[in-house]
Amino acid sequence: MPEPLASMPWMLWTIALPLAGALLAFLLPRRAALVGLATALLTAASACAVLLQVAFGGPRVYPLGGWGAPLGIDLRADGLSVLMLAMTAVVGVAVSIYARVYLVTSPEKVRRFWPLWLFLWAALNGLFQAGDVFNLYVNLELLGLSAVALVALTGSGPALWGAMRYLLVSLLGSLAYLVGVALLYHAYGTLDLALLGERADGGLLLAVPLGAMIAGLLLKTGLFPFHVWLPPAHGSARAPVSALLSGLVVKASFYLVLRLWFTFTPEGEGLPILLGSLGAAAVFWGSVQALRQKRLKLLVAYSTVAQLGYLFIAFPLAGLEPALAWGGSIYLALSHALAKGAMFLAAGSIMTQGGHDEIDELDRVVDRMPLTLAAFALAGISLAGLPPSGGFVGKWMLLQAAMAQGAWFWAVVIIGGGILTATYVFRVLGFAFTKSPHEHEQHDVPPTMEWTALLLALGAVALGFVAPWALPLLDGVLP
Amino acid sequence: VNANAWLPLLVLASSFVPGMIIFMLPEKAVALRTTLNLGGAVLKIIFLVLMMIGVSHGVEYEFRVPLVPGIDFVLHADALSLMFVNLSAVLWLATTIYAIGYLEDSPNRSRFFGYFSLCVTTTVGLAMAGNLLTFLVFYEALTLTTYPLVVHRGTEVARKAGRSYLAYTIGGGVLVLAGTIWLYSLTGTLEFVDRGFIAGLDIDPGVLRVIFTLLILGVGVKAALVPLHGWLPQAMVAPAPVSALLHAVAVVKAGAFGVVRIVYDVFGIEFAASLGVTLPLALLASVTIIYGSARALFQDDLKRRLAFSTVSQVSYITLGIAVAGPIASIGGLVHLVHQGFMKITLFFCAGNFAETLGVHKVSELSGIGRRMPWTTAAFTLAALGMIGVPPMVGFISKWYIGLGALEVGQDWVVLVLAGSSLLNAAYFLPILRKAWFDPPPDEWPHERSYGRKETAWMLLLPPLATVTAALAWGLFASMPGTPLDWVQFIAARKYAP
Repeated sequence: MPEPLASMPWMLWTIALPLAGALLAFLLPRRAALVGLATALLTAASACAVLLQVAFGGPRVYPLGGWGAPLGIDLRADGLSVLMLAMTAVVGVAVSIYARVYLVTSPEKVRRFWPLWLFLWAALNGLFQAGDVFNLYVNLELLGLSAVALVALTGSGPALWGAMRYLLVSLLGSLAYLVGVALLYHAYGTLDLALLGERADGGLLLAVPLGAMIAGLLLKTGLFPFHVWLPPAHGSARAPVSALLSGLVVKASFYLVLRLWFTFTPEGEGLPILLGSLGAAAVFWGSVQALRQKRLKLLVAYSTVAQLGYLFIAFPLAGLEPALAWGGSIYLALSHALAKGAMFLAAGSIMTQGGHDEIDELDRVVDRMPLTLAAFALAGISLAGLPPSGGFVGKWMLLQAAMAQGAWFWAVVIIGGGILTATYVFRVLGFAFTKSPHEHEQHDVPPTMEWTALLLALGAVALGFVAPWALPLLDGVLP
Repeated sequence: VNANAWLPLLVLASSFVPGMIIFMLPEKAVALRTTLNLGGAVLKIIFLVLMMIGVSHGVEYEFRVPLVPGIDFVLHADALSLMFVNLSAVLWLATTIYAIGYLEDSPNRSRFFGYFSLCVTTTVGLAMAGNLLTFLVFYEALTLTTYPLVVHRGTEVARKAGRSYLAYTIGGGVLVLAGTIWLYSLTGTLEFVDRGFIAGLDIDPGVLRVIFTLLILGVGVKAALVPLHGWLPQAMVAPAPVSALLHAVAVVKAGAFGVVRIVYDVFGIEFAASLGVTLPLALLASVTIIYGSARALFQDDLKRRLAFSTVSQVSYITLGIAVAGPIASIGGLVHLVHQGFMKITLFFCAGNFAETLGVHKVSELSGIGRRMPWTTAAFTLAALGMIGVPPMVGFISKWYIGLGALEVGQDWVVLVLAGSSLLNAAYFLPILRKAWFDPPPDEWPHERSYGRKETAWMLLLPPLATVTAALAWGLFASMPGTPLDWVQFIAARKYAP
């Protein structure tokens, strides 16, 4: 990057741009889509700039207003942050392009979607770069509220019901987190993560607030058995919203769990094994439920429950192989964001085309929408961890971590979950090739919608080839 | 990445790029699609010839990029991989010509040829894989690219066959994955090396036996070892060119090739023999050979009979390797090529009978030799080859396997070979007698007229070409440049001097 560009406060832009865009889209409802799309591209560009800055210049700190911690607020970007920023940028751009076309038929939703979505994006970017626990809380709350409002956008009965449950869970989770923040501040007199990491010395004084925070975040991440709110919310939202929720929003609270874990590195065997076991339960429960679903979007939503479980299998494996376990988990999170985003977008196109999403009535969708089905299949390959894909790399690393310490149980969970995933993905594909006895309505789907889903899915596959360049970013971040 | 790294990539690209373009083509762009198909196939052969010239002058062709921490994605051209790549490339060209003729006027041709090209790309990648992880990547990718071909017809039967195909092959892929990751956690390397990379390491033999079993069962699914063969006869619902490709080149051969790689370049044949795992493998292969032939006897559907015949014939490759002697190895390896040419001929001919006359069953073949003499002649020669009648290539394979087994004192193998040849004769000779000597029916089930020719030239040329090759290599087996010649060169490297 040329010098003037390299020294720009891109970290700030990644938050300020979507905020400004949200405001502008709110003020100019007739041009909301145009404003939104332009903002999306600019935000993604600044996220890429931060990625380059950190990749070539190492972790960065940006003191807001020039005050610096602990008086002011610091923005921090390290390898983990920029990977998350980049993931959000890729999914965000795809969803924005898709949504502009998808929402054309419902103008009243357009003017509500764009401000909310850009707001959500700002909260995500803020969260990934926040350096203190309170700032994190603020972003978490903003994120939760805009996500709930986006679910409610659908306006129909089940969606509103789903949104309501989501709202309650989200508030409860944030509340638990806030209690933890207050206790931490009381105990150590600071909110700055780095300082907290230095001052905290274990014991009950740390365990109680940390427990409250992690419990709240697990609730928001939808880890089994706290997942009950997830399928109705993700399954009933409009397609672009589902893609955002499943791809990005749950990753934010997972990121926060990781951040806290890396900062405080809790001791003891119990908690990692508990988290891992919940993850394993999620993998099986989510996959079995996905297999039983009759509706495509619910299948995809339950698949999210299962795939989120995978992310937590890193906890029990990280003791001896931290780099492989955390690296694998984070890589799975990135691949899942792209793959699941693509899958929901593809499901949205299928629903638009046929007016329904009954799996056994897919009725030769492969003839009518080959690109969309290819997107679904490629995304499914990544989810199932079949090579070549980002999901394969992530699972391979987790497996390697498990095998290196002879942790057979976890290896079996990882492989077994992959088989179940392949089963429900191919169940959909099988029906997509066969003819249904019933007649269905036919609508035209704009090529833009088909292509964005496909490109996003190809991104998940391409992640399978870039791991050696992406993973070194995590050096120094992992404990 | 140097200049020599590009050739393996170009070999992949010569079918991948046309495939991608074909996906985008409208159904009506027949001329462009045909040009791309044939152009890609010919280009691949040109690249291969270049690579073979290079290899014979001692040039190393290797493409290597990091894939996951500690392991590279490696495409490597050695004598063994070139043999399989050649087989795939040549038979792909034949099958492409055949498929263009066969699928004339049928729907969804762009999709078909797109996946067809991807399928060959993955097969060639699998052949050139330079380590076990790269092999696994292509082994799984092969499952995914062939699935749409199996369910191509889109009927309920096709969907069920596809489901069973996936259940078997994904299960197999999982076994290979488990074996691979386990092996890597013990060895820290997965690179294929002549005579294996495990022998020198101090690893518990019991664990190694389990890993060997996992890997062999994993590839055994695609190689259709009994009892993992159930998907193969069901997959017969696919169009004839797909069956030809599945049986002769891509899927079952990928499995057999996997057995070759695992035994020779992962474990090393001598080390595998010292572990005591080759004898069970030889027994499993023998059971498969006899079982497949016995089941073939009772199939009235021609394609199903050929499918069970494949189950049986592919296991000759495994048997030749598992006998663990240099001469038997030659027989096993060369059968990889020989079976490919004979079986693809048989499927082309079966497709011709079905396409031209609507004949699908053995019982309907009466007098077909008079109506379609050229096709029937090709079928006859290939069937005789399968039985092992000299001078067809099938005889060469069986001869070397039998001789090799006697050399290392495994005399029982000869009995298996004799029994299987008897069974082969029992299910092929009645077909030949019926086709040539029984009177033809008054009316064929579903006849299409091609004027004075017996069928379209695009359907007739490929089987005639492949059967001619199978005959020529049997007649001139010891000439330089034949598969046998090449295989002797390979086998010499897999045994300690």
